[in-house]
Amino acid sequence: MKELNYDAAIIGGGVTGCAIARELSRYQLNICVIEREEDVCSGTSKSNSAIVHAGYDAEPGSLKARFNTEGNRIMGDLSKALDFSFVRNGSLVLCFSEEDRPSLNALYEKGLKNGVPQLSILTGDEVRAMEPSVSETVVAALYAPTGGIVCPFGLTIALAENACDNGTDFLFETEIETINKTDSGYDLISSDKIIHATYVVNAAGVYSDQIHNMVSESKLHIIPRKGDYCLLDKEAGNLVSHTIFQLPGKMGKGVLVTPTVHGNLLTGPTAINVTDKEETSTTAQELADIMEKAAWGVNNIPFRQVITSFSGLRAHEEGDDFVVGEVKDADGFFDAAGMESPGLSSAPAVGAYLAEQIALKANAKKKENFIETRKGIINPQKLSLEERGELIRKDPRYGTIICRCEGISEGEISDAVTRTLGAVSVDGVKRRVRAGMGRCQSGFCIPKTMEILARETGRNMEDICKNRSGSNLLTGKRQGGE
Amino acid sequence: MTEHDIVIIGGGPAGLAAAAAAKKAGTEDILILEREGHLGGILNQCIHNGFGLHTFKEELTGPEYASRYIDMIEKEQIPYKLNTMVLSISSDRVLTVINREEGLIQIKAGAVILAMGCRERPRGALNIPGYRPAGIYSAGTAQRLMNLDGYEVGKEVVILGSGDIGLIMARRMTLEGAKVKVVAELMPYSGGLKRNIVQCLDDYGIPLKLSHTVVEIHGKERVTGVTLAAVDEKRRPVPGTEEYYSCDTLLLSVGLIPENELSKSAGVDLDQITGGPVVNDCLETSISGVFACGNVLHVHDLVDYVSEEAALAGRSAAAYAGSQKEEPSSSNIRIRAVNGVRYTVPQFVNRESEADQWKIRFRVSDVYRDRYISIYYGDERVYHKKKKVLAPGEMEQVAIKKESLEKYPDLAEIVICTEED
Repeated sequence: MKELNYDAAIIGGGVTGCAIARELSRYQLNICVIEREEDVCSGTSKSNSAIVHAGYDAEPGSLKARFNTEGNRIMGDLSKALDFSFVRNGSLVLCFSEEDRPSLNALYEKGLKNGVPQLSILTGDEVRAMEPSVSETVVAALYAPTGGIVCPFGLTIALAENACDNGTDFLFETEIETINKTDSGYDLISSDKIIHATYVVNAAGVYSDQIHNMVSESKLHIIPRKGDYCLLDKEAGNLVSHTIFQLPGKMGKGVLVTPTVHGNLLTGPTAINVTDKEETSTTAQELADIMEKAAWGVNNIPFRQVITSFSGLRAHEEGDDFVVGEVKDADGFFDAAGMESPGLSSAPAVGAYLAEQIALKANAKKKENFIETRKGIINPQKLSLEERGELIRKDPRYGTIICRCEGISEGEISDAVTRTLGAVSVDGVKRRVRAGMGRCQSGFCIPKTMEILARETGRNMEDICKNRSGSNLLTGKRQGGE
Repeated sequence: MTEHDIVIIGGGPAGLAAAAAAKKAGTEDILILEREGHLGGILNQCIHNGFGLHTFKEELTGPEYASRYIDMIEKEQIPYKLNTMVLSISSDRVLTVINREEGLIQIKAGAVILAMGCRERPRGALNIPGYRPAGIYSAGTAQRLMNLDGYEVGKEVVILGSGDIGLIMARRMTLEGAKVKVVAELMPYSGGLKRNIVQCLDDYGIPLKLSHTVVEIHGKERVTGVTLAAVDEKRRPVPGTEEYYSCDTLLLSVGLIPENELSKSAGVDLDQITGGPVVNDCLETSISGVFACGNVLHVHDLVDYVSEEAALAGRSAAAYAGSQKEEPSSSNIRIRAVNGVRYTVPQFVNRESEADQWKIRFRVSDVYRDRYISIYYGDERVYHKKKKVLAPGEMEQVAIKKESLEKYPDLAEIVICTEED
């Protein structure tokens, strides 16, 4: 067994864990992030609505309300500092009948109480003037200009890279099976390591109840709540420009329709409680459900242009709120549990809050040389012709297009693999640079992406995985193959 | 900005045949742009035989067929750039092009020939429910990994879709020692060539289940199995017919989509049915001086027809580049596909065209036996021919002689249809 010592260990490399790591790395502490998968952003953080909620949804006074509103407020500056995609496109909550109008007003009031700025209620015609594809059946809508869309991979990976640049260790393929309380803190035990940590943060997503319950008598219970989504081709990405929610009403709870920061159209999610914390399979019933409900509010969604469907699990805690803070009967053990929606929006605020709590407790000083910013992977498509030409002159790999659908070059993929916390799997590459995320869904580029991964990481093609260990893309060399 | 009389986008079978024909027609300044590292396109990974029976009167493998054309290109010293991708085309035929050596360049073309081929429909487009593990490949991707890169993609295989690449891969993987358990086809008939059903499935005892589809994919890391179910006449799965097949690989051969992103950037009108440009009998698109051929125009069954069609595009582009006309040709007669004929290519013919006759290619929408193909000029049936079998997997063609139009000076539309008698 390998033994490691840290001042603070964060269990979970999702957006919450990475946000905490990034903020905690401001302090003179020796910290690590422990992740069971091969990469960060591999659980709930990768499969969600990619929305930065305005903050009108949560119950006033709840942790969800507090951290969502604060997270939304700081997301713009964070996206500039850490160079990830975030757009404040504004959100609309559609109301379909006069009977439901009191609920719309209540939502507006909640938003005011939560401190959401610039809220207003629009008439149906005003909504359709903003969004011509919105259905004639809509009678009113809540408009929140501060609502936004974000690249969830970009956000999480940016936080992780910046944390790493500031000295945080990342321990991948490490699943904590046992936690023992010690005199100086906790021993976190996986199949091959013992990690001694003075402070522990539980940001284990759908597993955060299991981690919490290892150290506390006050038990948590996370219900994995599955949500399926359909992602449409970029050709459909302009159908709406705002994020369109449906007010839960007499027809039930609807689904959202939104552009993504990459220009696709996303619709979903369903909400089905499941028991298996790995149950991320889509079902025909749910996919059909999405298509039916999305059409309530938005006309002419071209579902023939679905390029993929996927499913994610929300970590729903029975208490219906985030569980954030030091655990009462476990000194130095902090929870960031139950981080379901608006968890993505809240992560930066939760990270800042918990980092401060831990630093206070540890009496830690801030580093003088903290690196505040991080530069993302160059997107040549955002450069001018001249700049792009110059980039290729300096590094010809930017002149070879690997993913034709998304226009991703070899230079970008190599950077994704070789940079800080580089991708080790095909999905890791996909989340960093979108190779394979376009309309052919990697049909043409996957052999080449695998080759670059193999070359840059010194592995054989047969060892390249789609994501976690065991997801090998090839079963061997061909007989007589070289 | 450099200039060329004809720029051909794509160095696969269509692009090569178009180049050779344009050269033969007298155009000297031709440039082929190919995004891969070799000429030949997808033929390079099609190592099975069956190519060239019409063109060369012999049976060649894909690479052999390609090499015949590559030799012509080399012999004629037609320039080409490899590892070079066109990013966009403007409506006045300025191409933005990227490669390692030159970076980002712009090329002005006298005429453009679109020959970018097609791509495979992915799993996502079918919305097959289940997990998203490794081991799900479109058939062509698996073919490339095996035949060009030398890897084994799986040991126990289920194939969804009976398109030709799927059928070819059923045989290929069997020969490489994999167990191909079943080929499932959503439709009540195969989308592939009859000869491929016989030679790739029947000869190896691989069952073909028509009117079946995959209703669930199992496995979290690598595929562990799929569930098949029968479908009703509306292609909906029939509850109670589910059957589980254990496998580590699911190959998809569920349709090809002409790759027209560039055509769209130029503003070319596309046909909703073919997914390719709308063209006239010269294979000229709605944008003057932009021509299309091969699988980017419509998905073909045999490469021989691609070569023949591409040669016409090459000749037309040569004529265009030589004449410097800028007005798209007028007096077009529309060809309408109805009653069992899904589409035609070309969609228009021009009575002022220089050709004596036109080949009209089309596919039917269902399997028909002892059914007629008919052509109408207005109310008058001018062609009526019985076919023993018509199937969507096989491309059909009829010839229309230009002189046959002389008696119909006001004709605006030609109708092609199938008829029972």
